[in-house]
Amino acid sequence: MSWFARNWEQVAVALYEHVLIALTALAIAAAISLVLGVWAARRPRVFAATLAVTGALYTIPTLAFLALLIPVVGLGKANVIIAMVAFSLVIMTRNVATGIRDVPGDMVEAAKGMGMSARQLLARVELPLALPVIIAGLRIAAVTVISVTTVGAYVNAGGLGTLIFDGIATDNPPNIWAGALTACALAVVADLALARLEDVLRRRRRA
Amino acid sequence: MLVEAWLYLLGHPAQFAKALGVHVSLSLSALALASLIAVPAGLHFAHRRAGALAAINVANIGRTLPSLAVLALAMPLLGTGFLPSLVALTLIALPPVLINTIVGVREIDPDVIDAARGMGMSGRDVLRRIELPLAVPVIFAGLRTGAVQVVSGAVLATFIGGGGLGDFITAGIAMMALPLMLVGAIPVTLLSIGADALFGALQRQLTPRGLQ
Repeated sequence: MSWFARNWEQVAVALYEHVLIALTALAIAAAISLVLGVWAARRPRVFAATLAVTGALYTIPTLAFLALLIPVVGLGKANVIIAMVAFSLVIMTRNVATGIRDVPGDMVEAAKGMGMSARQLLARVELPLALPVIIAGLRIAAVTVISVTTVGAYVNAGGLGTLIFDGIATDNPPNIWAGALTACALAVVADLALARLEDVLRRRRRA
Repeated sequence: MLVEAWLYLLGHPAQFAKALGVHVSLSLSALALASLIAVPAGLHFAHRRAGALAAINVANIGRTLPSLAVLALAMPLLGTGFLPSLVALTLIALPPVLINTIVGVREIDPDVIDAARGMGMSGRDVLRRIELPLAVPVIFAGLRTGAVQVVSGAVLATFIGGGGLGDFITAGIAMMALPLMLVGAIPVTLLSIGADALFGALQRQLTPRGLQ
């Protein structure tokens, strides 16, 4: 605890950078996933192909991904953000697509019967009804991204991983603990907050 | 750059083989240890409502702990090298296997269990001949997640002197020698995609015919 009292500023900066990287990556990934997911939702072949490609991206080990991006974008935050976007695509795209696909067929028919265009159907029926599932995907992605972003410190992106790497380099366990537990706490907070949002949306949907 | 990486690989076959060997043996041993612990533990907890819930919650929190942190924390406790890396990677593989074993057993239709008991099966028979086979697809999904996490995590073992293909990546980044970096990054990517495909195939292969 005394370590924390002495170093809280460093932890705060690292936390801020960490949140910034994770939020940016999740926002970009959400935008791409919405487009991909809507496109793939009612096209089984596109769905399979999208999941195969994004699934492969997800499988690439983080440090290898960051390293492979160095020749393209160099060191720094952009590198990690791109890697984290690629990493979360599969989770979010799958949920957008299945969320839309699971909208009851009679609701879609009813909306069409009311004369809605495809765009109106998407904006007023499909997406709102799929929202809880989409948020569930965002939740899993957020937790994973927050945890994996720690590795980004190795390519000079900053974030909570900085504390962990400093701790390794100077053989100073409190540093490692501070980085690890703050990342853990951040992930748990994101998880709980998005779970709550998911819950509220589901309840509203039923009402 | 690819050519340079290939030339480097040809020039240092022993070094590469050793790193690959360490990487694979680290990953396989960690996964094997994790399943030896998590599958029996999961079967144990699956039959206890409160226990299952508690175990899943603990595993979920464990999941949010970054792999990098688990490895880094192994160092002050166990030192550097292969063994601390193995312990850390085993811990990393535990949550998905544990969660999936519990969920796999709990999701079995209770009527199936009742029918088996009605046929006179003992608790042990039910476990061996009904629950385990029916839970296998879900357990293997957990092993698949665990395998990918362990292969990825093993790349980070380089930071605590555990060796493996991560050594080439960190050396390459430190010296800004891109070909050297690729010598680590490309094989480890293939390894990870291969592990994912292998466990996916095993999962399909081991799914009882009645469930396919």
